[in-house]
Amino acid sequence: MVQQVPRLAIVFTIAVAILLGARQLLIPPTFGEDGHYRAAAVDSIAAHPIKYAGRQACELCHAEQAEVRLAGNHRGVGCETCHGPAAPHVQGPLDVKPVIPDTREFCVTCHSYNASRPTGFPQIEPARHNFPRPCKDCHDPHAPVPPVTPGECSACHAQIARQKSLSHHAELSCAVCHEAPDTHKDAPRSVRPTKPQTRALCGTCHAAGIEEGPPQIDLESHGVPYMCWDCHYPHFPETR
Amino acid sequence: MSLIPSDCRECPPGSVEPEGVDRRDFVKKMAAACAAGVPVVLGVVGVPGVNGQTVDGERYDPTMHYYGMGVDPAKCIGCGRCVNACKTENDVPRTEGAFNTWVERYVIRNDGEVIVDSPDGGMEGFPELADEAGIRKSFFVPKLCNHCANPPCVQVCPVGATFITQDGVVLVDDDYCIGCRYCIQACPYGARWFKEEKRVAAKCTFCYHRIVKGLVPACVEACPTQARIFGEVEGRATPLARFIRFNEIDVLKPALNTRPKVYYANLDGEVR
Ligand code: HEC
Ligand code: HEC
Ligand code: HEC
Ligand code: HEC
Ligand code: HEC
Ligand code: HEC
Ligand code: HEC
Ligand code: HEC
Repeated sequence: MVQQVPRLAIVFTIAVAILLGARQLLIPPTFGEDGHYRAAAVDSIAAHPIKYAGRQACELCHAEQAEVRLAGNHRGVGCETCHGPAAPHVQGPLDVKPVIPDTREFCVTCHSYNASRPTGFPQIEPARHNFPRPCKDCHDPHAPVPPVTPGECSACHAQIARQKSLSHHAELSCAVCHEAPDTHKDAPRSVRPTKPQTRALCGTCHAAGIEEGPPQIDLESHGVPYMCWDCHYPHFPETR
Repeated sequence: MSLIPSDCRECPPGSVEPEGVDRRDFVKKMAAACAAGVPVVLGVVGVPGVNGQTVDGERYDPTMHYYGMGVDPAKCIGCGRCVNACKTENDVPRTEGAFNTWVERYVIRNDGEVIVDSPDGGMEGFPELADEAGIRKSFFVPKLCNHCANPPCVQVCPVGATFITQDGVVLVDDDYCIGCRYCIQACPYGARWFKEEKRVAAKCTFCYHRIVKGLVPACVEACPTQARIFGEVEGRATPLARFIRFNEIDVLKPALNTRPKVYYANLDGEVR
């Protein structure tokens, strides 16, 4: 045998051993078990904690809200979309309480008017829509419905209705100041509703001496001899 | 353009991934798994019990699934709840550029000009449009990692720290990632970002930790209008397969042959 062969064989064996050793050291365990990656990584990713429990989880204990929601317009909106991630609450219902989003701003994230939103999605102009009352006063957040069919006067007097809804008089129904016969709607020009004729009408709420309530003036001296609406637009009363 | 064969088999032959090549292969694998008496996953489990138990206590078997997502831009209202939920669920920092999913607004003006914006990824919604009269149309498009069947990001990773799982999800092994950012460069969809805190690449995981437990991804859970549909790509009787069958489906940048598994319904031609 040629002398070099055993020597080369030894060198070769050592080289291979080093290579294998290095490979053993450098390649992490579980690498290549399922493909060109560390199989264990999948497990550690799968083990991340969950923050959103999922709407099914809530139904176990909140059957009432779940049922109401499923029957209403918010049936597609998950509980945690509004109440925030609630997995900790599911673990310990009494220790951790989910948020209750009862501000107007919250509802408006979905319902404010935006031209980019799909047509048909119910939208409102937040500044005009019953500002500043909380939405839940009129709509059940779990099953919201427009509480009444679109206002019977606003159908034709939209401009006035919209202006009024923004104003200090937002809460006053048209009937407080106008008596409108039903026939007005069929023959609006020939059957006219009444319009306020006296300062006393405004005085029923604004005259000095009435307990609580709206700002007061002295009916005898304030703005005489003019009618109140010569200076204050009744559907949008301003003081400047 | 037909992206999905009519029989809804997604992963075409010659895919880089061994799994889900076709039904026969799939059935064979199942048979093998059963014959061995243990789910294939058992072999990979490092810590027993960590690999997802589904809610009803059954062991999760990745070879039984192949995931994708359907997106219906016509339903998106741009409320940003998905972006918000994703950040919370996955501890994504609320810093600029760190998004697993985000929402873009497309505005197509009468003169044909296309404007895309995504303030804060759409997380807090979108401001009203200024000049409504000059606009032909406008809509929202949710975006996320496309979990491509042929992902460029996986191809470029020098160490094998990003990969496709057996159930078709592209993940990053952030204990092994060296932070070289090749994958961030390689992704044609801008779906990856750099996690400064760990100095690794990060991305959408389809909420892997949720889906192995039988839950839907956080963005899907949070979406109020069902603009996102998550589920199995294969088979006919799954919500996603139905969505794909009943809509005109497009994927993003089909010419790149990345074979995305995020399917968009009736997508406007301007969306890229
Ligand atoms: C294991 C039973 C259980 C589950 C599951 C559960 N809850 Fe509760 N939840 C409770 C109990 C009990 C209370 C009442 C606590 C109290 O009033 O002191 C409560 C209260 C609440 C409240 C009101 C908090 C307040 O400040 O009044 C909200 C909102 C709520 N849960 C939301 C959810 C949501 C969303 C889910 C699903 C992710 C959920 N819950 C799942 C038991 C549960
Ligand atoms: C659109 C947002 C929204 C969704 C979706 C929603 N909630 Fe609520 N929830 C609210 C608001 C707002 C309140 C506060 C109501 C109030 O103060 O009158 C509330 C109150 C509650 C309360 C306190 C008790 C009560 O009825 O006032 C519970 C419990 C609750 N929600 C559970 C749920 C569960 C369970 C679901 C899913 C089935 C759910 N919510 C879905 C917005 C929502
Ligand atoms: C995460 C988004 C989201 C939030 C937040 C939200 N909603 Fe809704 N809302 C919806 C969706 C989706 C519908 C169903 C729309 C449809 O049927 O097309 C809806 C429907 C409604 C409707 C019915 C409108 C109609 O004409 O049918 C009302 C009223 C309503 N919501 C009020 C509220 C109120 C009040 C709040 C705050 C407590 C709120 N919403 C919060 C998404 C949301
Ligand atoms: C004073 C009671 C009241 C308050 C407060 C109120 N709404 Fe309404 N809302 C109504 C009435 C009445 C209607 C139906 C008539 C109309 O369209 O104006 C309605 C209709 C709606 C609709 C349906 C619009 C459509 O086009 O179908 C939405 C959405 C809505 N409200 C959301 C809200 C939100 C969000 C808030 C809080 C920011 C809110 N509402 C506060 C009374 C109220
Ligand atoms: C079918 C549409 C319609 C409906 C509904 C309607 N109106 Fe009118 N209303 C009119 C028209 C048209 C006029 C005449 C406007 C003009 O002459 O410029 C009018 C005039 C009026 C006037 C002014 C009368 C005057 O002499 O100047 C008042 C006040 C009025 N309406 C109140 C109401 C009230 C309150 C309601 C709700 C109960 C109502 N209207 C419902 C169409 C309608
Ligand atoms: C606070 C009392 C008050 C309320 C509430 C009120 N109005 Fe009036 N409205 C008046 C007065 C006062 C006038 C007369 C103004 C004038 O003669 O210049 C008037 C005039 C009108 C007129 C005649 C056109 C005009 O703008 O002068 C119409 C139409 C009208 N009101 C409709 C309505 C409708 C519809 C509502 C409910 C949405 C309503 N009003 C609520 C006090 C009120
Ligand atoms: C049914 C009771 C009622 C009647 C009638 C009434 N108002 Fe008012 N008015 C109110 C209330 C309530 C407020 C204040 C609401 C608030 O605090 O925002 C108010 C606010 C005002 C303000 C604004 C005050 C401020 O601080 O800026 C003016 C001006 C005003 N009314 C004028 C009138 C005039 C003019 C009339 C007659 C056409 C009239 N009101 C009829 C209830 C009434
Ligand atoms: C000549 C114009 C004029 C007339 C007419 C007039 N006002 Fe005023 N009103 C004003 C001005 C200006 C202010 C604001 C300065 C002030 O507080 O005196 C005001 C303020 C008010 C305020 C707010 C007071 C407060 O403390 O905030 C009320 C309420 C009011 N007016 C109601 C009425 C009523 C009701 C009538 C009819 C009886 C009426 N006004 C008639 C000009 C007028």
